[in-house]
Amino acid sequence: MTAIRRLLPGWLSSYAALYILFLYLPVIFLPIFSINTAATPKFPLSGVTLQWYEDLPHTPALIDATWNSLIVGVSASILSTVLGILAARSITRYRYPGRRTINGLIMAPLVLPEVIVAISMLLVMLQLGLSLSLFTVVLGHVLVCIPYSMTVLTSGFEGFDRSLEEASADLGESAFGTFRRVTLPMVAPAIISSLLVCFTISLDEFIIAFFLTGTEATLPIYIWGQLRFAAKLPGVLALGTLLLLASFVLMTVAEILRRRAARRTQNEGGLHA
Amino acid sequence: MTVAAEGSPPLRMAGSRRSPLLQSEAVQGFALISPTFVYALILLVLPILVVIAHSFWTQHYLTIDHTFTLENYRIALTEPIYRDLLWRSLYISLTVSLLTVLLAYPMAYFISFHGGRHKSLWLFLITIPFWTSYLLRVMSWKVILGYNGVLNSGLMGLGIIGEPSDALLYNSTAVIITLTHAWATFAILPIFVSLEKVDRTLVEAATDLGDGPLRSFLRVTLPLSAPGVISAALIVMIPTVGDYVTPKLVGGKDGVMIANAIQAQFGKAANWPLGAALSVTTMVIVSLMAGATVLSIRALQGLAR
Repeated sequence: MTAIRRLLPGWLSSYAALYILFLYLPVIFLPIFSINTAATPKFPLSGVTLQWYEDLPHTPALIDATWNSLIVGVSASILSTVLGILAARSITRYRYPGRRTINGLIMAPLVLPEVIVAISMLLVMLQLGLSLSLFTVVLGHVLVCIPYSMTVLTSGFEGFDRSLEEASADLGESAFGTFRRVTLPMVAPAIISSLLVCFTISLDEFIIAFFLTGTEATLPIYIWGQLRFAAKLPGVLALGTLLLLASFVLMTVAEILRRRAARRTQNEGGLHA
Repeated sequence: MTVAAEGSPPLRMAGSRRSPLLQSEAVQGFALISPTFVYALILLVLPILVVIAHSFWTQHYLTIDHTFTLENYRIALTEPIYRDLLWRSLYISLTVSLLTVLLAYPMAYFISFHGGRHKSLWLFLITIPFWTSYLLRVMSWKVILGYNGVLNSGLMGLGIIGEPSDALLYNSTAVIITLTHAWATFAILPIFVSLEKVDRTLVEAATDLGDGPLRSFLRVTLPLSAPGVISAALIVMIPTVGDYVTPKLVGGKDGVMIANAIQAQFGKAANWPLGAALSVTTMVIVSLMAGATVLSIRALQGLAR
């Protein structure tokens, strides 16, 4: 028995290492084959080149898609974070009947098949006579971003000490002043983190954009179109590598900010507890 | 407009003349959440109701006949093509959720019980691959499993196989592998959270009372982490049943799933009511399957005690 106990952590650590390898392995091939001279992704590499990266800025369709994705991503992240702030604040601060049901409904897009969410929104938008455009994509992205925004924001708002706001009000600060000078600084990191998370999701989201866009392509839709041509693969891999880097940087910043937010509200709360 | 609404409740709170109604916690909380709630109602609940309504109608070329009919459901459930697609989708999503949970559990256990001070670093390490584009992750599996792919060329290089195998890509196994990889993070997080809640003194107590590590794990830790296992299974099972990209990119002819058929009805085939009926059927069946999963995990949990 003691032998098992001693062996177990060792066995588990090697499993953990293997698991991480399994998670990262497919992702690692993107950058590797993006610098390959041959178009077919095959080992051994036939040579190293940056040509595929150099070609990217000279592809007008790609530039358009990038702009579209940026517009959609910025709008969707701002809208969903605003809606997320309202909901997260309400959930963490107030107690009222139906609170859990409403929360469940808002979080539901997280566990629904995306295709079904997408086609049902498509049906409604067509019935309402909305013409499909980047605007309808934003509407769809906001719906799927809100649950993530809520998750980040509730973790930032939880443990937020209400007495700090009350103290500020008691000391004669106006409601707006309290919000600006007490509430906002404490929750700002969580808000920025939510913006970054939602932007990243919108940037990568394919299905909803695929159904809800008109003629304008976002980056994933552009990539989807390119995937049909084997010769275009290295360009897609290069683009994918850049997107991967962007997502990684954004998420790292978001995570650091989220932790700082959680620490800040907890520490401040701790002082007064 | 929404930004203004955000600032208003605190203003209301501190205003000198407050009506008792607005002061009440319930009203304030509800007022604050209502924009988000209404958004979800308009863009989620209403659309799903519209889909349900469509599923009882009929498509006549460009117009839709609004007379109530169950014909679409008859087609969805009895036509061999749709019935097979539904079964395959359910089989794939069940297999994927089982595999993901089985593979994720030891990892979550490792982080929770042996992660030490680096728990959050481990969690972050696990979430990074998830933040890379889904489309590209699926595509990298295509690169790995393809005829000229990494796995084939690797196996040939090692002399294990003589010529590339085409059995790796374009079938349901490829879909299962890809989905299992794509949803790994979603399974680890809920299991980790429930393992974190397991009272360590209970495990110690079991050990002190003579249970070996395996027995105390099976009788204490595993049953107590069942809620996490349940949410992990559901969070993987429900979305994967409707996955579109993976079957399209790596599934080939034998890996087509129900979402591809649904998309076709809203695209080329232009039969919205049938597409709607397929969607509703999928949702109902996957909910039943999810319910059955919850019940069987609970039953197993009861057995362990």
